[in-house]
Order: sequence, then structure tokens, then C-alpha cells
Amino acid sequence: MTNLTHLSMSEALAGLKAKDFTALELTNAYIAAVEAARPLNAFITETPDIALEQAKASDARYAAGTNLPLDGMPLGIKDLFCTKGVLTTAASHILDGFKPEYESTITENLFRDGAVMLGKLNLDEFAMGSANITSYYGPVLNPWTGKDPAGADRKLVPGGSSGGSAASVSGRFAIAATGTDTGGSIRQPASFTGIVGLKPTYGRCSRWGTIAFASSLDQAGPMTRTVRDAALMLQSMAGFDPKDSTSVDMKVPDLLAAMTGDIRGLRVGIPKEYRVDGMPVEIERVWSQGIEWLKAAGATPVEVSLPHTKYALATYYVVAPAECSSNLARYDGVRFGLRVEGKDLAEMYENTRGEGFGKEVRRRILIGTYVLSAGYYDAYYLKAQKVRARIAEDFTKAFEQCDILLTPTAPSTAFAIGEKQDDPIAMYLNDVFTVPASLAGLPGMSVPAGLASDGLPLGLQLIGRPFDEETLLRVADVIEKAAGPQPLPPYCR
Amino acid sequence: MSQDKATLDAKTVAKIAHLARIKVPAEEQEHLAGELNKLLDWVEQLGEVDTDGVEPMTSVAAQTLRRRPDIVNDGGYPDKVVSNATDATEHFFSVPKVVE
Repeated sequence: MTNLTHLSMSEALAGLKAKDFTALELTNAYIAAVEAARPLNAFITETPDIALEQAKASDARYAAGTNLPLDGMPLGIKDLFCTKGVLTTAASHILDGFKPEYESTITENLFRDGAVMLGKLNLDEFAMGSANITSYYGPVLNPWTGKDPAGADRKLVPGGSSGGSAASVSGRFAIAATGTDTGGSIRQPASFTGIVGLKPTYGRCSRWGTIAFASSLDQAGPMTRTVRDAALMLQSMAGFDPKDSTSVDMKVPDLLAAMTGDIRGLRVGIPKEYRVDGMPVEIERVWSQGIEWLKAAGATPVEVSLPHTKYALATYYVVAPAECSSNLARYDGVRFGLRVEGKDLAEMYENTRGEGFGKEVRRRILIGTYVLSAGYYDAYYLKAQKVRARIAEDFTKAFEQCDILLTPTAPSTAFAIGEKQDDPIAMYLNDVFTVPASLAGLPGMSVPAGLASDGLPLGLQLIGRPFDEETLLRVADVIEKAAGPQPLPPYCR
Repeated sequence: MSQDKATLDAKTVAKIAHLARIKVPAEEQEHLAGELNKLLDWVEQLGEVDTDGVEPMTSVAAQTLRRRPDIVNDGGYPDKVVSNATDATEHFFSVPKVVE
């Protein structure tokens, strides 16, 4: 029999329908793969008992012919989604022992459609990071490894913040995973691990029950091995939710139907400002290759300008910390998680938060507190909100000339654990191509585009008009076909 | 705009840390001030952007927030509400003494 864990979600669904194997067999294969992958540290909590129970229920539905859209699909869930009765940590010490009494809308939607939960995936603490090295539970390793000049294996980061999600899907120990993206946390790790990552339009997926980082930016999305799987999974995740005030009351279109393979006449915008100084030739090469693929399929490349691109990161690093400082005020040692005693209430708060938050989270809360404080609010926060409006306006203008944008996803391939760790700004530059679309709330997607000369995967990013995930998927499907089958990471060979 | 910005020193770090209710050990304040200053210097570049007459963007959705009838539609399970608290007795969250 074929290796069950190497099937895509659509292949596995077909296999279950054809009774080639059972959901229990598939889940058991994944549970074994999860155990074998422990050295990569991708899971914070494994939930095999829940998975087996869900798989049995799936098999009963297949037998009865009442199977659901994602029935029996063993998923990894980023540990930022609250799961009822299951430890939920946000990879932070401050949420020690937290077992939510409720289910996030995203996981509820996935379970409603028959998905199986393998466990809760590691991430950067509170989703703040681009390398999955800020987790209280330790770094995640990329299933892709590099070579140092002496020929020895280099351990690489999987990107972040959805590092556990990316590693598990790429390493074939979850068929797909949920991610969240605030400034690139789905797309950048997807690029670093050679998988597909889709950040939907802000408002498409409910934020209810997802631990908040920066509320005006956070969006959940699928991380999968194929474009088709991304469409399938987003179809289940998305939809109006009255419990999230920014959830958009709009019907989710038939996403699979959008993948017609026909992009003739489509205008693909190539933003000239994304050709940044010192960009590695490899990135340039993959980008040009992507343009050629789309041209060959009948699309027309159009050069467009997004003049405020270079200010996006600085804008983000005012807006996101400001929102995080406010959102993370709830961790006070009183209602959930860690409590470190003190002589009075104020000292208990300070001790709890001093011990409970890691260095990156602390840095962002402090910056956020500063830019929101009296005397600095206008100069930093209000200014950043105005520049954000300029950045969003750039996109609106660009979309008058084109239907979709094509850019690189990240400015490099995966780097080694330990690199860029001492300089926060160097780390922030990882998100230079993903942050602008986040600020504008636009849908973005990373699609594998082959390997760079260092043998590591690179992704191409597509950015669409608001709520036009259909065009995103249609073009991504064309890129995927043009790029051809992608090699397995060394971990799976 | 730069005249209304101050350079952060260890004392300011201590003050912000207190505002954020995060204990930052004295020996880390100097280093943290350096880090935060680097970040603030970097975001200074936003001053180059002409934002005259631009409305600050507070949300990506150009929608007015939905309203719903002002009725209780959830609740009635105090056990669950306090189930994750370190110190909860009789459905209360307990905290260290506040008033002497």
C-alpha cells in the first residue's frame, strides 16, 4: 500500500470514499508519524486519544454514506486556537495549565466538517516571531536541512510564527494544519518549508476563540501541501460568525470551482518596489520564473507601483505592538494561567507578567505601551495609522491596473537556528514582503516555486483584491502545475 | 515631529514596565533601553511620509460595527468561568489583599 502520510488531503479523501483504507488506518499512520517526529519539536501537546475517537466516528459516517467534507483528515492545530478541554498555551509560560472551556470557531468549523485533531502545534510565543525560536517550549526544527561549508547538516528554522504547522505539513506528520497570520506568519513559514499557505482577507475567518495578538491584523488560514487542499480547508474554516464583530457577513464562494486553470487575459501586477536592494539573485530568479509561468498560461504581467512599501515594516512595528500591549493586558495571574505571588495585587501582576512573558513578547508589550502613552501617542501610533492608510491606498490604486499581484514570499530561504537572533530588526525584515498585504487586510498566499541553489524551498506570493480568494487560488493552481511536483524534505527521504 | 520624542533611558524603561505591569529586573533595564531606542530610531522613518489630511486607519473593514439586541444570550455557568483560575473559591476570583 502507498505511504498513507504522503497523500494530499484530496487524495486521502478520495481513498476514504473508495474504501482503499479507513480513517482509523490513516489516523494511526499519522499518530505514528507524530511520535517519530518528536525530535523536530513541532507539537506542544499530542492528542492521539481524541484523534482515534474522531477517526472512528469518521469511519462510521463513511460506512453510513453520511461523510463530511473533511471527514477523517488528521490535522495539526496551531496552539493559538482554543480547544475545549485541551491545553492551550500560545507557546507562553503565562498560559501554564490553561484548558479552555470553549472551542474556537475555526476548530469548531473544522470538526463540524469531520476533521481529526492530532494535537496542538508549537509556534512563536503569542505568534510573535518569524523563526519559531521564541516559544517557551523551545524551537521547532525545519524538516529541510542545509549543509555548512564543511558538508555537515545545518539545522534550520521553519519560519514563524506558524513554525510547528509548517514543519508538520512539510514533514508529512499532519495532512494539513491551521495557521494564523498577523504580518506573514502563515506565508513566510510556508515558503521556508515548501508548502502552501493562505492568509484570507481580514474578516473572512472568525477570530473568536483564537488567542489575540494584534486584532486589526490577525487572520487564520490553511497550511497545506497542495493548492487544492488549501481551497478545501479554507472552505470549512471561513464563514460569518456573529461572535466576532469584524467577521464579514458574506457568503463564501465555491473555492474549488474557482480553480479553472484558465488565467488567460488576467493582469498580473509586478510591484517594482519589491525589488529591494541587496535581494539575493535566487529570489529574483524565482520571481522571474513565476512571471514566465503566468505569461505562458496567457496572463499579462503589468508593472505597478506601491510607493509606500518601504514604510510597511516600521508601520507594522508600531501598530502590532500597540495592539498587543492592549490585548495581552488580560494575562494578570487572576483568571487563568500562571500566577506568581507578590506582597500585594500590583506586585502579583508584575511578578506574574515578568516571569510569564518571554523576551520578545516583553519587548513588544513595552514598545506598545510606550507608543500609546501620553505624549507619544500622536507622534508614533497616530502617525503609523496614517501611513497604514497610505499603504492600503497604494494597493487600491494598483488594483485599478491589475487583478492580482505576484511577489516573492520571503527575502531568503530558511536560515540556521541562532542566526539573526541578536538583532530584532534583522529578524523583522523576514516579513518585508508579507507585512504590506497584512496592513491592507488583503488575501495573500504562498505557493512553492521550487528550490533555490542552496537546495532549500522558496515560495511565490500572490496578493489579491479584498475577498477575492478565488482569483488567488486560480492563479496559485496554475503556478503549482507549472512548478511541477516538489521534492520531499530530507527528513522524509 | 522628532522634537516630541525623547530618548529612552533606564528610568523610562522602569516607568513603562510599571505601566505595563511587567517586572523588569534593574540589571536588564539599561540593555532594554538600548534595544527599544534602536526600534524607535528605526520607526522614525515614518516621519518622511506625507500624511497631511490622511485619516488614521483603525480597521481594514470599511464597515460599521454590527449591533444586536441588548439581551443576555450566554452565561449561567460560573463553574466554567472560574475553572482556570489559580485561586477561586465559591465562584470568586481571589486576589491578594488590596485595601489595608
